[in-house]
Amino acid sequence: MTENTQSIAMGAGQAGRPQPRLLRVLTLATILGFAATLYLGLVAAGTDIQQGQVQRIFYIHMPAFFGAFTAFGLTVLGGILYLARGSETWDKIALAGVEVGFAFSLINLLTGAIWARPIWNTWWTWDPRLTSAAIMCLTYAAYLMLRAGIEDRRRKRAFMSVYGILSFVTVLITLFIIRVVPETIHPVIVGASPQNAQGTFEATSGVVMALTPSLLLWLTLMPATLIWHRVRLETRLEALQNRKIEILSE
Amino acid sequence: MKTPFLPAVIAIAAKDLRAETRSRELLSLMTLFALLSILVFSFALDLDKRVREESVSGVFWVTLIFASLLGFNRSMAQEQDSGALDAILLTPTPRGAIFLGKLLSNAMITLALGLILLPLMTALYGMNLLDWRVVLTTTVGVFGFCAIGTLLAALTSRSRAREALLPIALLPIALPFVLMATRATKAILAGAPAPEWQGALFMLAAITAIYLALCLLLFGYVVEE
Repeated sequence: MTENTQSIAMGAGQAGRPQPRLLRVLTLATILGFAATLYLGLVAAGTDIQQGQVQRIFYIHMPAFFGAFTAFGLTVLGGILYLARGSETWDKIALAGVEVGFAFSLINLLTGAIWARPIWNTWWTWDPRLTSAAIMCLTYAAYLMLRAGIEDRRRKRAFMSVYGILSFVTVLITLFIIRVVPETIHPVIVGASPQNAQGTFEATSGVVMALTPSLLLWLTLMPATLIWHRVRLETRLEALQNRKIEILSE
Repeated sequence: MKTPFLPAVIAIAAKDLRAETRSRELLSLMTLFALLSILVFSFALDLDKRVREESVSGVFWVTLIFASLLGFNRSMAQEQDSGALDAILLTPTPRGAIFLGKLLSNAMITLALGLILLPLMTALYGMNLLDWRVVLTTTVGVFGFCAIGTLLAALTSRSRAREALLPIALLPIALPFVLMATRATKAILAGAPAPEWQGALFMLAAITAIYLALCLLLFGYVVEE
Protein backbone atom coordinates (compact mmCIF):
# COMPACT_ATOMS: atom_id res chain seq x y z
CA MET A 1 0.00 0.00 0.00
CA THR A 2 1.45 3.38 -0.96
CA GLU A 3 1.64 6.22 1.47
CA ASN A 4 -1.07 8.06 -0.40
CA THR A 5 -3.71 5.35 -0.22
CA GLN A 6 -2.82 4.76 3.39
CA SER A 7 -3.63 8.36 4.24
CA ILE A 8 -6.85 8.06 2.25
CA ALA A 9 -7.86 5.03 4.27
CA MET A 10 -7.02 6.87 7.45
CA GLY A 11 -8.94 9.94 6.35
CA ALA A 12 -11.99 7.88 5.44
CA GLY A 13 -11.83 6.09 8.77
CA GLN A 14 -11.69 9.34 10.66
CA ALA A 15 -14.50 10.83 8.66
CA GLY A 16 -16.82 7.93 9.28
CA ARG A 17 -16.25 7.98 12.99
CA PRO A 18 -19.34 8.83 15.07
CA GLN A 19 -19.37 12.11 16.97
CA PRO A 20 -17.27 12.02 20.12
CA ARG A 21 -19.35 12.25 23.28
CA LEU A 22 -17.73 15.56 24.26
CA LEU A 23 -18.85 17.10 20.98
CA ARG A 24 -22.42 15.93 21.53
CA VAL A 25 -22.37 17.40 25.04
CA LEU A 26 -20.95 20.66 23.70
CA THR A 27 -23.59 20.87 20.98
CA LEU A 28 -26.39 20.33 23.46
CA ALA A 29 -24.89 22.84 25.91
CA THR A 30 -24.57 25.42 23.13
CA ILE A 31 -28.16 25.02 21.99
CA LEU A 32 -29.51 25.17 25.54
CA GLY A 33 -27.21 28.08 26.40
CA PHE A 34 -28.33 29.97 23.31
CA ALA A 35 -31.98 29.45 24.21
CA ALA A 36 -31.31 30.58 27.79
CA THR A 37 -29.42 33.73 26.79
CA LEU A 38 -32.14 34.57 24.26
CA TYR A 39 -34.68 34.28 27.05
CA LEU A 40 -32.57 36.50 29.32
CA GLY A 41 -32.09 39.13 26.65
CA LEU A 42 -35.52 39.11 25.04
CA VAL A 43 -37.78 38.44 28.03
CA ALA A 44 -36.09 38.68 31.41
CA ALA A 45 -34.15 41.92 30.92
CA GLY A 46 -36.09 45.15 31.38
CA THR A 47 -37.00 47.33 28.41
CA ASP A 48 -34.68 50.31 27.93
CA ILE A 49 -36.41 53.57 28.86
CA GLN A 50 -35.01 55.63 25.99
CA GLN A 51 -34.46 53.13 23.19
CA GLY A 52 -37.26 50.68 23.85
CA GLN A 53 -37.28 47.12 22.56
CA VAL A 54 -34.58 47.64 19.93
CA GLN A 55 -31.94 47.94 22.64
CA ARG A 56 -32.32 44.17 23.22
CA ILE A 57 -30.41 43.54 20.00
CA PHE A 58 -27.30 44.57 21.89
CA TYR A 59 -27.35 41.20 23.71
CA ILE A 60 -26.57 39.55 20.37
CA HIS A 61 -24.70 42.37 18.63
CA MET A 62 -21.76 42.72 20.96
CA PRO A 63 -21.36 39.01 21.88
CA ALA A 64 -21.33 38.19 18.15
CA PHE A 65 -18.31 40.42 17.69
CA PHE A 66 -16.50 38.74 20.53
CA GLY A 67 -17.45 35.34 19.16
CA ALA A 68 -15.80 36.40 15.91
CA PHE A 69 -12.83 37.53 17.97
CA THR A 70 -12.43 34.05 19.49
CA ALA A 71 -12.87 32.36 16.13
CA PHE A 72 -10.34 34.58 14.37
CA GLY A 73 -8.04 34.19 17.36
CA LEU A 74 -8.20 30.42 16.85
CA THR A 75 -7.27 31.02 13.22
CA VAL A 76 -4.11 32.78 14.39
CA LEU A 77 -3.35 29.98 16.83
CA GLY A 78 -4.04 27.35 14.17
CA GLY A 79 -1.84 29.23 11.71
CA ILE A 80 1.09 29.51 14.09
CA LEU A 81 0.86 25.89 15.18
CA TYR A 82 0.49 24.67 11.58
CA LEU A 83 3.61 26.57 10.57
CA ALA A 84 5.48 25.29 13.61
CA ARG A 85 4.32 21.66 13.59
CA GLY A 86 2.91 21.04 10.13
CA SER A 87 -0.15 19.14 11.39
CA GLU A 88 -3.10 19.43 9.00
CA THR A 89 -5.63 19.53 11.81
CA TRP A 90 -4.37 22.96 12.85
CA ASP A 91 -4.91 24.25 9.35
CA LYS A 92 -8.45 22.88 9.37
CA ILE A 93 -9.07 24.67 12.66
CA ALA A 94 -7.72 27.87 11.12
CA LEU A 95 -10.07 27.54 8.14
CA ALA A 96 -13.03 26.73 10.37
CA GLY A 97 -12.14 29.76 12.51
CA VAL A 98 -12.31 32.02 9.48
CA GLU A 99 -15.68 30.69 8.33
CA VAL A 100 -17.28 30.80 11.78
CA GLY A 101 -15.77 34.20 12.53
CA PHE A 102 -16.95 35.52 9.17
CA ALA A 103 -20.50 34.38 9.90
CA PHE A 104 -20.37 35.94 13.36
CA SER A 105 -19.07 39.25 12.10
CA LEU A 106 -21.84 39.32 9.50
CA ILE A 107 -24.33 38.81 12.34
CA ASN A 108 -22.57 41.63 14.16
CA LEU A 109 -22.86 43.99 11.17
CA LEU A 110 -26.47 43.08 10.40
CA THR A 111 -27.73 43.45 13.97
CA GLY A 112 -25.82 46.72 14.21
CA ALA A 113 -27.53 48.01 11.08
CA ILE A 114 -30.96 47.00 12.40
CA TRP A 115 -30.26 48.84 15.65
CA ALA A 116 -28.83 51.89 13.91
CA ARG A 117 -31.95 52.38 11.74
CA PRO A 118 -34.17 53.68 14.57
CA ILE A 119 -31.40 55.06 16.82
CA TRP A 120 -29.08 56.79 14.34
CA ASN A 121 -31.81 57.14 11.72
CA THR A 122 -29.71 55.33 9.12
CA TRP A 123 -28.79 51.73 8.29
CA TRP A 124 -25.17 52.54 7.73
CA THR A 125 -22.78 55.40 8.25
CA TRP A 126 -19.08 55.70 7.42
CA ASP A 127 -18.07 55.86 11.02
CA PRO A 128 -14.47 54.72 11.77
CA ARG A 129 -15.59 51.69 13.74
CA LEU A 130 -18.26 50.63 11.28
CA THR A 131 -15.80 51.04 8.44
CA SER A 132 -13.10 49.01 10.13
CA ALA A 133 -15.61 46.26 11.02
CA ALA A 134 -16.66 46.11 7.36
CA ILE A 135 -13.01 45.94 6.30
CA MET A 136 -12.47 43.12 8.77
CA CYS A 137 -15.27 41.18 7.06
CA LEU A 138 -13.77 41.89 3.64
CA THR A 139 -10.33 40.72 4.78
CA TYR A 140 -11.69 37.32 5.73
CA ALA A 141 -13.74 37.17 2.54
CA ALA A 142 -10.41 37.75 0.80
CA TYR A 143 -8.96 34.87 2.84
CA LEU A 144 -11.63 32.50 1.49
CA MET A 145 -11.12 33.69 -2.10
CA LEU A 146 -7.37 33.42 -1.84
CA ARG A 147 -7.70 29.94 -0.40
CA ALA A 148 -9.84 28.84 -3.30
CA GLY A 149 -7.26 30.26 -5.71
CA ILE A 150 -4.30 28.13 -4.65
CA GLU A 151 -4.19 24.64 -6.01
CA ASP A 152 -1.26 22.90 -4.35
CA ARG A 153 -2.51 21.72 -0.97
CA ARG A 154 0.68 22.07 1.03
CA ARG A 155 1.39 25.48 -0.36
CA LYS A 156 -2.21 26.50 0.26
CA ARG A 157 -1.97 25.55 3.92
CA ALA A 158 1.26 27.44 4.49
CA PHE A 159 0.06 30.55 2.64
CA MET A 160 -3.27 30.67 4.36
CA SER A 161 -1.67 30.28 7.77
CA VAL A 162 0.40 33.36 6.99
CA TYR A 163 -2.61 35.29 5.73
CA GLY A 164 -4.74 34.24 8.69
CA ILE A 165 -2.13 35.59 11.09
CA LEU A 166 -1.82 38.88 9.20
CA SER A 167 -5.59 39.36 8.94
CA PHE A 168 -5.98 39.42 12.69
CA VAL A 169 -4.60 42.96 12.72
CA THR A 170 -7.93 44.16 11.28
CA VAL A 171 -9.74 42.56 14.23
CA LEU A 172 -7.49 44.33 16.69
CA ILE A 173 -8.00 47.61 14.87
CA THR A 174 -11.78 47.24 15.05
CA LEU A 175 -11.51 46.51 18.74
CA PHE A 176 -9.24 49.44 19.56
CA ILE A 177 -10.13 52.05 16.96
CA ILE A 178 -12.85 53.40 19.19
CA ARG A 179 -10.23 54.36 21.74
CA VAL A 180 -7.79 55.87 19.23
CA VAL A 181 -10.05 57.74 16.82
CA PRO A 182 -12.15 60.12 18.88
CA GLU A 183 -14.79 61.08 16.31
CA THR A 184 -16.71 57.84 16.31
CA ILE A 185 -20.41 57.87 17.14
CA HIS A 186 -20.43 54.20 18.14
CA PRO A 187 -21.24 53.90 21.84
CA VAL A 188 -19.05 52.05 24.31
CA ILE A 189 -21.16 50.32 26.91
CA VAL A 190 -18.38 48.93 29.06
CA GLY A 191 -16.11 51.82 29.99
CA ALA A 192 -16.41 55.50 29.09
CA SER A 193 -18.19 56.33 25.84
CA PRO A 194 -16.51 58.71 23.41
CA GLN A 195 -17.85 62.27 23.49
CA ASN A 196 -19.75 62.03 20.22
CA ALA A 197 -21.29 58.63 20.95
CA GLN A 198 -24.96 58.47 20.04
CA GLY A 199 -27.38 55.91 21.36
CA THR A 200 -25.40 54.96 24.41
CA PHE A 201 -27.17 53.51 27.42
CA GLU A 202 -26.16 52.70 30.92
CA ALA A 203 -24.83 49.29 31.85
CA THR A 204 -27.33 48.81 34.68
CA SER A 205 -27.36 45.60 36.71
CA GLY A 206 -30.21 44.35 34.49
CA VAL A 207 -28.16 44.85 31.35
CA VAL A 208 -25.13 43.18 32.90
CA MET A 209 -27.30 40.25 34.06
CA ALA A 210 -28.48 39.55 30.51
CA LEU A 211 -25.22 40.44 28.77
CA THR A 212 -22.69 38.44 30.78
CA PRO A 213 -24.08 34.92 30.09
CA SER A 214 -24.59 35.79 26.43
CA LEU A 215 -21.08 37.17 26.12
CA LEU A 216 -19.58 34.10 27.77
CA LEU A 217 -21.57 31.78 25.52
CA TRP A 218 -20.49 33.55 22.32
CA LEU A 219 -16.91 33.83 23.51
CA THR A 220 -16.48 30.13 24.26
CA LEU A 221 -19.15 27.52 23.50
CA MET A 222 -20.56 28.91 20.25
CA PRO A 223 -17.30 29.20 18.29
CA ALA A 224 -15.81 26.05 19.82
CA THR A 225 -18.78 23.86 18.91
CA LEU A 226 -19.21 25.27 15.42
CA ILE A 227 -15.50 25.06 14.66
CA TRP A 228 -15.33 21.45 15.85
CA HIS A 229 -18.23 20.49 13.57
CA ARG A 230 -16.65 22.37 10.68
CA VAL A 231 -13.29 20.62 11.20
CA ARG A 232 -15.02 17.24 11.06
CA LEU A 233 -16.82 18.32 7.91
CA GLU A 234 -13.52 19.37 6.34
CA THR A 235 -12.02 15.97 7.15
CA ARG A 236 -14.95 14.32 5.37
CA LEU A 237 -14.66 16.65 2.39
CA GLU A 238 -11.00 15.85 2.07
CA ALA A 239 -11.60 12.13 2.30
CA LEU A 240 -14.24 12.48 -0.39
CA GLN A 241 -11.89 14.40 -2.61
CA ASN A 242 -9.12 11.87 -2.14
CA ARG A 243 -11.55 9.08 -2.99
CA LYS A 244 -12.53 10.92 -6.17
CA ILE A 245 -8.92 11.30 -7.23
CA GLU A 246 -8.35 7.65 -6.46
CA ILE A 247 -11.29 6.51 -8.58
CA LEU A 248 -10.47 8.82 -11.46
CA SER A 249 -6.87 7.67 -11.54
CA GLU A 250 -7.80 4.00 -11.71
CA MET B 1 28.46 28.81 5.69
CA LYS B 2 25.73 31.41 5.75
CA THR B 3 25.85 34.44 3.53
CA PRO B 4 26.29 37.58 5.67
CA PHE B 5 22.93 39.23 6.24
CA LEU B 6 23.37 42.89 5.39
CA PRO B 7 25.49 42.48 2.23
CA ALA B 8 22.87 40.01 0.98
CA VAL B 9 20.07 42.54 1.57
CA ILE B 10 21.98 45.24 -0.25
CA ALA B 11 22.97 42.95 -3.11
CA ILE B 12 19.37 41.89 -3.76
CA ALA B 13 18.04 45.43 -3.55
CA ALA B 14 20.86 46.73 -5.74
CA LYS B 15 20.16 44.08 -8.38
CA ASP B 16 16.49 45.10 -8.57
CA LEU B 17 17.27 48.80 -8.62
CA ARG B 18 19.94 48.34 -11.29
CA ALA B 19 17.46 46.50 -13.47
CA GLU B 20 14.98 49.30 -12.89
CA THR B 21 17.40 52.16 -13.63
CA ARG B 22 18.33 50.46 -16.88
CA SER B 23 14.83 49.77 -18.12
CA ARG B 24 12.90 52.49 -16.23
CA GLU B 25 9.92 50.37 -17.18
CA LEU B 26 8.24 50.17 -13.83
CA LEU B 27 8.66 53.71 -12.59
CA SER B 28 7.41 55.23 -15.84
CA LEU B 29 4.44 52.86 -15.81
CA MET B 30 3.64 53.72 -12.20
CA THR B 31 4.05 57.45 -12.78
CA LEU B 32 1.73 57.37 -15.75
CA PHE B 33 -0.82 55.40 -13.78
CA ALA B 34 -0.54 57.82 -10.84
CA LEU B 35 -1.02 60.83 -13.12
CA LEU B 36 -4.11 59.31 -14.65
CA SER B 37 -5.46 58.41 -11.25
CA ILE B 38 -4.99 61.99 -9.99
CA LEU B 39 -6.80 63.27 -13.07
CA VAL B 40 -9.64 60.81 -12.62
CA PHE B 41 -9.95 61.79 -8.97
CA SER B 42 -10.12 65.49 -9.72
CA PHE B 43 -12.85 64.95 -12.32
CA ALA B 44 -14.78 62.36 -10.35
CA LEU B 45 -14.74 64.32 -7.12
CA ASP B 46 -15.18 67.64 -8.91
CA LEU B 47 -12.66 69.18 -6.56
CA ASP B 48 -13.22 72.82 -5.72
CA LYS B 49 -10.82 74.66 -3.45
CA ARG B 50 -12.37 73.75 -0.10
CA VAL B 51 -12.96 70.09 -0.95
CA ARG B 52 -9.45 69.90 -2.40
CA GLU B 53 -7.87 70.89 0.90
CA GLU B 54 -9.87 68.22 2.65
CA SER B 55 -9.18 65.41 0.24
CA VAL B 56 -5.71 66.00 -1.15
CA SER B 57 -3.97 63.74 1.38
CA GLY B 58 -6.46 60.96 0.68
CA VAL B 59 -5.99 61.28 -3.06
CA PHE B 60 -2.21 61.20 -2.61
CA TRP B 61 -2.19 58.03 -0.51
CA VAL B 62 -4.75 56.11 -2.51
CA THR B 63 -2.88 56.95 -5.71
CA LEU B 64 0.43 55.89 -4.20
CA ILE B 65 -0.91 52.57 -2.94
CA PHE B 66 -2.72 51.68 -6.17
CA ALA B 67 0.35 52.55 -8.20
CA SER B 68 2.58 50.48 -5.93
CA LEU B 69 0.35 47.44 -6.54
CA LEU B 70 1.60 47.44 -10.11
CA GLY B 71 5.15 47.34 -8.81
CA PHE B 72 4.69 44.48 -6.32
CA ASN B 73 3.20 42.20 -8.93
CA ARG B 74 5.99 42.83 -11.40
CA SER B 75 8.78 42.60 -8.90
CA MET B 76 7.73 39.11 -7.80
CA ALA B 77 6.54 37.86 -11.18
CA GLN B 78 9.90 38.72 -12.66
CA GLU B 79 11.67 36.59 -10.04
CA GLN B 80 9.30 33.70 -10.60
CA ASP B 81 9.21 33.66 -14.37
CA SER B 82 12.95 33.55 -14.81
CA GLY B 83 13.36 31.09 -11.95
CA ALA B 84 15.52 33.61 -10.13
CA LEU B 85 13.70 33.17 -6.84
CA ASP B 86 14.36 29.42 -6.78
CA ALA B 87 18.00 30.11 -7.54
CA ILE B 88 18.30 32.58 -4.67
CA LEU B 89 16.54 30.12 -2.37
CA LEU B 90 19.12 27.48 -3.25
CA THR B 91 21.93 29.68 -2.00
CA PRO B 92 22.50 29.81 1.76
CA THR B 93 21.03 33.33 1.92
CA PRO B 94 18.90 33.94 5.03
CA ARG B 95 15.21 34.18 4.06
CA GLY B 96 14.91 37.41 6.00
CA ALA B 97 17.64 38.97 3.86
CA ILE B 98 15.76 38.06 0.67
CA PHE B 99 12.62 39.65 2.07
CA LEU B 100 14.38 42.82 3.19
CA GLY B 101 16.17 43.13 -0.14
CA LYS B 102 12.94 42.86 -2.11
CA LEU B 103 11.25 45.21 0.35
CA LEU B 104 14.04 47.76 0.01
CA SER B 105 13.87 47.83 -3.78
CA ASN B 106 10.05 47.98 -3.78
CA ALA B 107 10.07 50.77 -1.19
CA MET B 108 12.72 52.77 -3.06
CA ILE B 109 10.72 52.65 -6.28
CA THR B 110 7.46 53.55 -4.50
CA LEU B 111 9.22 56.31 -2.61
CA ALA B 112 10.63 57.68 -5.85
CA LEU B 113 7.08 57.79 -7.18
CA GLY B 114 5.98 59.59 -4.02
CA LEU B 115 8.72 62.18 -4.48
CA ILE B 116 7.57 62.72 -8.05
CA LEU B 117 3.95 63.06 -6.97
CA LEU B 118 4.49 65.53 -4.13
CA PRO B 119 5.80 68.48 -6.21
CA LEU B 120 3.39 67.55 -8.98
CA MET B 121 0.38 67.68 -6.69
CA THR B 122 1.73 70.86 -5.12
CA ALA B 123 1.56 72.44 -8.56
CA LEU B 124 -1.74 70.89 -9.60
CA TYR B 125 -3.66 71.42 -6.38
CA GLY B 126 -2.12 74.71 -5.31
CA MET B 127 -1.21 73.37 -1.85
CA ASN B 128 2.25 73.03 -0.43
CA LEU B 129 2.89 69.30 -0.06
CA LEU B 130 6.65 69.77 -0.16
CA ASP B 131 7.06 69.76 3.58
CA TRP B 132 9.72 67.68 5.32
CA ARG B 133 7.06 66.30 7.63
CA VAL B 134 5.00 65.06 4.70
CA VAL B 135 8.11 63.46 3.22
CA LEU B 136 8.85 61.79 6.55
CA THR B 137 5.28 60.47 6.83
CA THR B 138 5.49 59.21 3.25
CA THR B 139 8.75 57.40 3.93
CA VAL B 140 7.44 55.64 7.02
CA GLY B 141 4.11 54.75 5.42
CA VAL B 142 5.69 53.47 2.21
CA PHE B 143 7.96 51.08 4.12
CA GLY B 144 4.97 49.77 6.02
CA PHE B 145 2.70 48.88 3.15
CA CYS B 146 5.60 47.77 0.98
CA ALA B 147 6.40 45.19 3.67
CA ILE B 148 2.91 43.71 3.29
CA GLY B 149 2.99 44.15 -0.46
CA THR B 150 6.26 42.27 -0.80
CA LEU B 151 5.06 39.40 1.38
CA LEU B 152 1.64 39.10 -0.24
CA ALA B 153 3.04 39.38 -3.76
CA ALA B 154 5.27 36.41 -2.98
CA LEU B 155 2.13 34.63 -1.85
CA THR B 156 -0.27 35.54 -4.65
CA SER B 157 2.31 35.18 -7.41
CA ARG B 158 2.00 31.42 -6.90
CA SER B 159 -1.78 31.32 -7.06
CA ARG B 160 -4.00 30.93 -10.07
CA ALA B 161 -5.25 34.49 -10.66
CA ARG B 162 -2.22 36.28 -9.31
CA GLU B 163 -2.72 39.79 -10.66
CA ALA B 164 -6.33 39.86 -9.56
CA LEU B 165 -5.77 38.48 -6.09
CA LEU B 166 -3.06 40.83 -4.85
CA PRO B 167 -5.27 43.93 -4.45
CA ILE B 168 -7.95 41.85 -2.73
CA ALA B 169 -5.43 40.42 -0.32
CA LEU B 170 -3.47 43.61 0.21
CA LEU B 171 -5.98 46.43 0.48
CA PRO B 172 -7.82 45.37 3.64
CA ILE B 173 -4.57 44.67 5.46
CA ALA B 174 -3.00 47.92 4.25
CA LEU B 175 -5.94 49.90 5.62
CA PRO B 176 -4.24 50.90 8.89
CA PHE B 177 -1.55 52.63 6.86
CA VAL B 178 -4.07 54.54 4.75
CA LEU B 179 -5.89 55.53 7.92
CA MET B 180 -2.90 56.77 9.88
CA ALA B 181 -0.93 58.21 6.96
CA THR B 182 -3.83 60.30 5.65
CA ARG B 183 -4.57 61.41 9.19
CA ALA B 184 -0.99 62.61 9.69
CA THR B 185 -0.75 64.21 6.23
CA LYS B 186 -4.07 65.96 6.67
CA ALA B 187 -3.07 67.37 10.06
CA ILE B 188 0.25 68.63 8.66
CA LEU B 189 -1.42 70.26 5.65
CA ALA B 190 -4.10 71.89 7.78
CA GLY B 191 -1.39 73.40 9.97
CA ALA B 192 -2.72 71.60 13.04
CA PRO B 193 -0.70 71.79 16.28
CA ALA B 194 2.28 69.45 16.50
CA PRO B 195 0.88 66.82 18.90
CA GLU B 196 -1.87 65.97 16.42
CA TRP B 197 0.31 64.96 13.48
CA GLN B 198 3.02 63.59 15.74
CA GLY B 199 0.49 61.27 17.36
CA ALA B 200 -0.67 59.96 14.00
CA LEU B 201 2.91 59.63 12.75
CA PHE B 202 3.87 57.74 15.88
CA MET B 203 0.95 55.34 15.36
CA LEU B 204 2.00 54.92 11.74
CA ALA B 205 5.57 54.13 12.79
CA ALA B 206 4.32 51.63 15.39
CA ILE B 207 2.09 49.84 12.85
CA THR B 208 4.96 49.79 10.36
CA ALA B 209 7.28 48.24 12.95
CA ILE B 210 4.71 45.56 13.85
CA TYR B 211 4.05 44.62 10.23
CA LEU B 212 7.75 44.63 9.36
CA ALA B 213 8.48 42.19 12.17
CA LEU B 214 5.49 39.99 11.26
CA CYS B 215 6.32 39.90 7.55
CA LEU B 216 9.98 39.20 8.25
CA LEU B 217 9.01 36.23 10.41
CA LEU B 218 6.43 34.88 7.97
CA PHE B 219 8.30 35.33 4.67
CA GLY B 220 10.30 32.15 5.13
CA TYR B 221 7.11 30.08 5.21
CA VAL B 222 5.77 31.71 2.06
CA VAL B 223 8.75 30.91 -0.16
CA GLU B 224 9.47 27.50 1.38
CA GLU B 225 8.48 24.56 -0.79
